[in-house]
Amino acid sequence: MRLFTFHANTATSAMGSLEPTLNVAINGAGATFPAPLYNAWAQDYGQKRQVSINYQAIGSGGGIKAISARSVDFGATDSPMTDAELAQAPGVLHIPTCVGCVVAAYNIPGVQASIKLTGAVLADMFTGKVGTWNHPSIVALNPGIKLPAVRVVPVSRADSSGTTAIFTSYLARVSASFKTEIGEGKSVNVKVGVKGKGNDGVAALVRQTPGAVGYVELAYAEKNNMPFATIQNAKGNWVVASIKSATESATAKDLPGDFRAMITNTQDKEGYPIAGFTWLLIYPNAKREVKDFIRWCLTDGQKSAAKYDYAPLPESVRRRAFAAIGK
Amino acid sequence: MNLPGGTIHGAGDRYNWRDSAYVSAITIASMVLMALVLAIGSALLWQSLPAIRTLGLGFITSHEWDDAAGKYGSAAFLSGTLYSSLLAILVSVPISICSAIFLAEIAPKWIRLPVTFIIELLAAIPSVVYGLWGIFVLIPLLRDKVMTPALASPSITKIPIVKSLFTGAGYGPSMLAAGLLLAIMITPFITAICRDILNAIPSMQRDAAAGMGCTQSETILKVVLPSAAPGLIGAVMLGFGRAFGETMAVTMVIGNMTPNTPDGKSLGLFDPGYTIASAMANKFTEATPGIATAALIELGLVLFVTSMLINFAARSLVKVAMRRLG
Repeated sequence: MRLFTFHANTATSAMGSLEPTLNVAINGAGATFPAPLYNAWAQDYGQKRQVSINYQAIGSGGGIKAISARSVDFGATDSPMTDAELAQAPGVLHIPTCVGCVVAAYNIPGVQASIKLTGAVLADMFTGKVGTWNHPSIVALNPGIKLPAVRVVPVSRADSSGTTAIFTSYLARVSASFKTEIGEGKSVNVKVGVKGKGNDGVAALVRQTPGAVGYVELAYAEKNNMPFATIQNAKGNWVVASIKSATESATAKDLPGDFRAMITNTQDKEGYPIAGFTWLLIYPNAKREVKDFIRWCLTDGQKSAAKYDYAPLPESVRRRAFAAIGK
Repeated sequence: MNLPGGTIHGAGDRYNWRDSAYVSAITIASMVLMALVLAIGSALLWQSLPAIRTLGLGFITSHEWDDAAGKYGSAAFLSGTLYSSLLAILVSVPISICSAIFLAEIAPKWIRLPVTFIIELLAAIPSVVYGLWGIFVLIPLLRDKVMTPALASPSITKIPIVKSLFTGAGYGPSMLAAGLLLAIMITPFITAICRDILNAIPSMQRDAAAGMGCTQSETILKVVLPSAAPGLIGAVMLGFGRAFGETMAVTMVIGNMTPNTPDGKSLGLFDPGYTIASAMANKFTEATPGIATAALIELGLVLFVTSMLINFAARSLVKVAMRRLG
């Protein structure tokens, strides 16, 4: 037995054989948003199986580059690959792993409560049309909350980011003027306010600037005890961002076969409208160990996602994603 | 070889051998430096070729950078870089040179040693620490004690130059915050080098000046400073270079927005700004391969060439100044 192990290891190191061996190493790289979850999963999964999974949080763009160059076993991204990017990596599969939601966190002097905002008003704040917190359109939504005459300072991301893609996708869907003036994507030119690098950069600017409103991942707002807005969804319900409402937002949508879709402004009654999938990227002929790991992420892994502040996939999507991995 | 000078000639050979080994070692070392500069320059040029071909001069002249629209113009980033570094130098140089003179010429030993130690400690603080301090201390202070009062004061709008400087959004993260933070970062650096340069001026020069009846301030102004001038300007240039390329701390306090004016430039110190180094740091990780990445590398090329030009200009300035002084 001992002899066999020795041989197996030599074979792996010598010729990179695909034989099932002990101590397999799987390398992944990409999005920073799901990195804490992937690292936790890697540890849970790897401990029991002597598989070492190494995930580098280098950003979605880096993940797409790495999988296109086949320098990793799997990539990860927060915004789906474009057709042009897919052409560079023919056949790459998008496997959704969890749902992330983006909240509008704010710093209004004297207001700790969760204020109510519609997508249209939020869009107007980021285009500069709503310039003070006691603007009639905000006051009308929040009877009973005393809003001060402090100006609105929108804080957006300076770096390109899946968080921006989700946030601007939502605002572009609910506001025609936002769509024409700013548009949607991982990196957009917001013309008012200030910009910070990364979720933590935006969170720091919001906390330090009276009147600031910025968008961050739910987990960042919760970790920093920042108040964030309750948003009205497409069905007219006021929804607080949470793990449950994020999962809800992904159920009603007709997803395309390759899962490449933004699911913002959900039609689901209980769904939070500023949410999106985060995906793993693999080739259909990926190593068996890689596929085994991703299958685990979509089964046992889903159960622990909420523990790490990530929203699990709705059952219907989870099943389809599982099938999409193939053999 | 039985000429009378044979032995001497032989000794000379030995000497020449050592001498030439010494010279070639030094030459090779400096060639390595030259080669590094050339390698960096050519790698930047090579990798930015796709952007140079597509965008042409528009990259330098345009101020609009919009990844989504495929527009890449560096002008606003470059002016932001120059403006923030210039602010830093304007604030830092008088303080640095005066404190270097104090430390090298005037201070008694019991002050000199601890102060020198503290300055060298300051020069070694990582820039991210300065950045955090900027976010949590400097920015709130500037916003509440400088920007808000200045923007509310009607008298400032009447002073000709001041009114175009002390204006802007006043959110906190701003050109002023970046310039001051950079000044604080480069001051210990410039001070430490200037002090070393002043210490290297032979004390005989000071004694001679004193012997001719010069007061201490005359000695410093007319003897020490002129002979230290090239070195001092070199020290300032090193500080400028550091401010020019500083990334992390600036990104944290400058607001990362190009001025929202028709030409992308603003003198308003309270307006957010953007520098080349910050833009590269922010955009590089997620840049898609192709023109977006090439444009970011071309930003690096612009930074590289500009800092070389500024260095060259400063050196010429020193030469002209020295010739004037005789």
